[in-house]
This record gives sequence, structure tokens and C-alpha cells, in this order.
Amino acid sequence: MDLTIIIFLLGGLFLGWSLGANDAANVFGTAVGTRMVQFKTAALVCSVFVILGAIISGAGTTETLGKLGAINALPGAFAACVAAGLSVYIMTKFGLPVSTTQAIVGAIVGWNVYTGSSTNIKILFTILSTWVLCPIIAALIAMFFFILTKQILKKSNWHLLRLDAYTRTALLLAGAFGAYSLGANNIANVMGVFVPISPFTDIHLMNVFTFSSKEQLFLLGGIAIAVGVFTYSKKVMFTVGNDLLKLSPQAAFIVVIAHSIVLFLFASQGISDFLHSINLPAIPLVPVSSSQAVVGAVIGIGILKGGKEVQWDIAGKIVIGWFFLPVMAALISLVVLFVLQNIFNQTVYF
Amino acid sequence: MFSFKTKSLFGQTKQLEKEIDQFVDILSEVGLLFKSIVLAYLNSGITDKFDETVKQVSEMESRADKITKEVERTLYEETLIPDSRSDVLRLLEHLDEIIGMYQGNCYHFSIQKPNFPKEFQDDLIKLSETVVSCVESLCLTVRSFFRDIKSVRDHAHKVTFYEKESDKQFTSLARKIFDSELSLDQKMHLRYFVEKIDRICDQAEDIADEIQIYAIKRSI
Repeated sequence: MDLTIIIFLLGGLFLGWSLGANDAANVFGTAVGTRMVQFKTAALVCSVFVILGAIISGAGTTETLGKLGAINALPGAFAACVAAGLSVYIMTKFGLPVSTTQAIVGAIVGWNVYTGSSTNIKILFTILSTWVLCPIIAALIAMFFFILTKQILKKSNWHLLRLDAYTRTALLLAGAFGAYSLGANNIANVMGVFVPISPFTDIHLMNVFTFSSKEQLFLLGGIAIAVGVFTYSKKVMFTVGNDLLKLSPQAAFIVVIAHSIVLFLFASQGISDFLHSINLPAIPLVPVSSSQAVVGAVIGIGILKGGKEVQWDIAGKIVIGWFFLPVMAALISLVVLFVLQNIFNQTVYF
Repeated sequence: MFSFKTKSLFGQTKQLEKEIDQFVDILSEVGLLFKSIVLAYLNSGITDKFDETVKQVSEMESRADKITKEVERTLYEETLIPDSRSDVLRLLEHLDEIIGMYQGNCYHFSIQKPNFPKEFQDDLIKLSETVVSCVESLCLTVRSFFRDIKSVRDHAHKVTFYEKESDKQFTSLARKIFDSELSLDQKMHLRYFVEKIDRICDQAEDIADEIQIYAIKRSI
């Protein structure tokens, strides 16, 4: 493979690494931070299921991003990844719970503007509306599970120690589901822009099994996420577990399961098709922010507890992030594309 | 690796549940033995049976100590119940102190051989019965903290009730002792015993209050 191709792919792999370092904490942060699950176990389960989710169910959200703007040159995709990565870094410095999802969308729109390609407004609107829906749905699901868990705990009379063992197991299972959903939903952010210009070719094994170029890209992205989980997420997990969210282990489970369901809902082709088949509006398959799903779930629980514990300032910061992050990513994307094209003589579009 | 860990987690949990139950059983049984020791002492003084029962209390106290250490070791080594671990350990230590207080009282009877005149004996028996009932309610509070958190308040309320009863009985008995014709040294000696027994209820009430706080902390 050409060295330049590897260099350009590194942009996506870097995004994958940062996704693994940051978003894995949303899945296992509370469990690891409260020492309910060991980091090694969490990292292993998270990595395996992120990769599985990316390869098995990552296509739907990738297709949606492709409809928003099909970047048709590797340097262009590289520019989008760099713009997304930089803007997430800047916004994170200001303490905003942003995500690569919003950044990559802004970066793709930036590429569209730079190259004069049209932006599919309908798709853009669908994506924007899911950003608003994501924390709201997460809050509603968390509220439902909070009430359900409270009722179960009231009736079950489990010994404190047995409840602890059940909660650990539940956290691990919910974490595995969360990692799968994260891989399925967010792989599009990492590798989506490379799909139309994948440097890989399909691998056929004895005419039985085909490992498509798209799946190879997703595997690569999944591995990058896993590397991020193993190398850098421990610190973030302890921050999430101890500083940001002071939750009981049972509430932590509710947050993880609500977050996982939301990410799964917006990534599952099966659920979307099923809803469509019974004449209900199909759920758009859009990469959503796992951080915002977590914050939404915590707010949902906070509201049920009387609203005192709700950190409304964080909710406000999310809304700010919806507007600023894509705009910033789009602007950075324009600058990077300009630099690549005019200083490094790279073809950023065909 | 995974299934093994999960299996061992549930195995350990079961073992710890058993140990904590045994600990509370000991607390309850030591109370019943204490009651019988007071009765035996007042009826027959120091007999072989009395000594044997005191020895039994002492053995149970050692077993309770052993269980506390074992639970402490497992909770920390296996990082179980990270949220409630310190509360549970503090609770077991304070309950162990009650067992120690029972044991101490038994030894005081055995060593100091107080002379309780007939007129105070019924009151002393009543006081020890109230103390044992108070600790019995505490045992129920402890068990409900582990298994049925919504009943904690009901049982803790009974602990408070018995503590007040015991205070009243202590005051009445102490007044009777000091109003009697006994010598001051004998009065002081008897008052010391009555006060020591009553203190068990104070400790039980403090623990019941603690448990109520732990229960609030345990809500999701």
C-alpha cells in the first residue's frame, strides 16, 4: 500500500484512538471509577465489542454520513478527520461535552462548501434533529429504567452483597452492549469518510465468506478505538467515575443501559426496518454523541430525584456544542483543505 | 477467565452473606446467654453452670472477632460493595463492641461478685430483659439493612423505644439503690453494674441511628 495512503488513513485512526480514549469512559467510566469492574476487564470487553459492533452493524450510520457528502479523494477525507479532531480538541479544552459526531458532520459540510458539492439539506436536518433527540430519549429511557429498578429493588429484598454481585454483572453486560452500540454507531465518524475511497479490496474466502473493503476499514477503525481504550481511557474513566458523575452503582447501570439503547437505536438497521414495516416512522441511522446520551440519562435520573442534582449548566453546554462545534469543524476543514491543495499540491476532490 | 470470575464472585458473595448472618446470630445469642447468666447469678451465685455459660460467651466473642476480620479481608481484597464497604465494616466493629460489652458484664459478675439484695433483683432482671430486647431489635435492624432496607426505620424505632425504657428502669433502680440503707460503697458498686448494663442500650441506639443514615445512603 502506498505510504501516502497510510498517512491519510492515520487521520481516521487518530479519530478512532481519541474516540476509544474518551467515549469508552461513557460506557465503563462509572463502573471502573467506582471500582465495580476492573479496568483490564472493562478494556478487554469494551475493545472486543466495539470491534464487533463496528464490523457487524456499522454500515447504517456510515451510509447516512455518505449521503451528507461523499468525499471522493483521500486527502479530502484526511482534511475532514484533521478538522474534526482539532475542533473536538479545542472544544474539550473549554470543558464542553462534545463529540466527534458533530465535528465530522461539520467537517463534511466544510468539504462540500470547499468543493462546491451540494449538501443534502434533508439529511443534514435529520442529523441535527437526532442530536437534539439523543439526550432527550436517553433521559426518558433512564427515567423508565430508574423507576423499574427501584420497584425491582423494593420487591426483591436481595442481600446487599448479592445486589452488589448482580450490579457488577449487569454493569459488565450493559458495558458490552454499550461498547457494541458505540462501535456500531460511531464507527462512521472514524472511517465513514474513507468508505467511498477505500484503499482495500474485498477478500473472498473459498466463495463462502467475503470480507468487504468496508468491513476491513471498520476493523481497522475498531482496532484504533481499542488501542485508544487500552492506552488512554483509564484516566478518563476514573475522571468520569469519580468527579463528574457521583452515582450509585445501580444508577450507573441505568445510565450505561440508557446510553447503549440510544446508540443502538440510531445504529440498528433491523429496528429501523421493523418500524418501517409496521408503518411507523423509521429511526434515522445517524451517529450520535455518546457523551450527550450519558449526560441526558444523568439529567433524567436527576429530574426523578427532584431536580436538585441536575447540572443544568452541562445541559446548556451541550446546546452550545450543537451550534459551535460543527461550525468550527467546517471552518477548520476549509483551512486544512486549502493548505493541502495549495501548499502540499494534493487533490482534495475529483 | 470471565465465567470463572463471575462464578467466584457469586461464590464469595454467598459465603460473605453467611458470615454476616452468623455474626448477627452470635450477637443475638450472646444476649440470650447474658440474660440467663444474670438470672443464674441472682438465683444461685457463681456455679459451674454460670462459669460454663460465661466461657461460652467468651468463645462466641472470639468467633465474632474472627468473622469481622474475615469479612474485612474479603471486602477489601475483592473490592466488594465499594460504596458501602466502609459503612459495613464500621457497623460490624460497633456491633462487635456490644458483644464485648455483654462479655465484660459477665466477667464483672464473675470477678466482682456484686451482692444484689432481693428487693433489687426483679428490677435488675427487668433491666437486662429490656437490654436484650433492645439488642434483638438492633439485630433485626441490621438484618433489614442488608436485605430489606425499607424496614430499617421500623426496627430502628423499636431500638429507640427500648433504649428509653432502659433509661427509665436504670433511673428508677439507681434511685432505689441510693434510697436504701446500704453502705455508700455497696451503693456505688451496684450502681456501677446497673449503669454498665444500661450502656449496652445506648450503644445499640447509636448503631441503629448509624444504620438509618447508611440506609439513606444506599438508596439509588
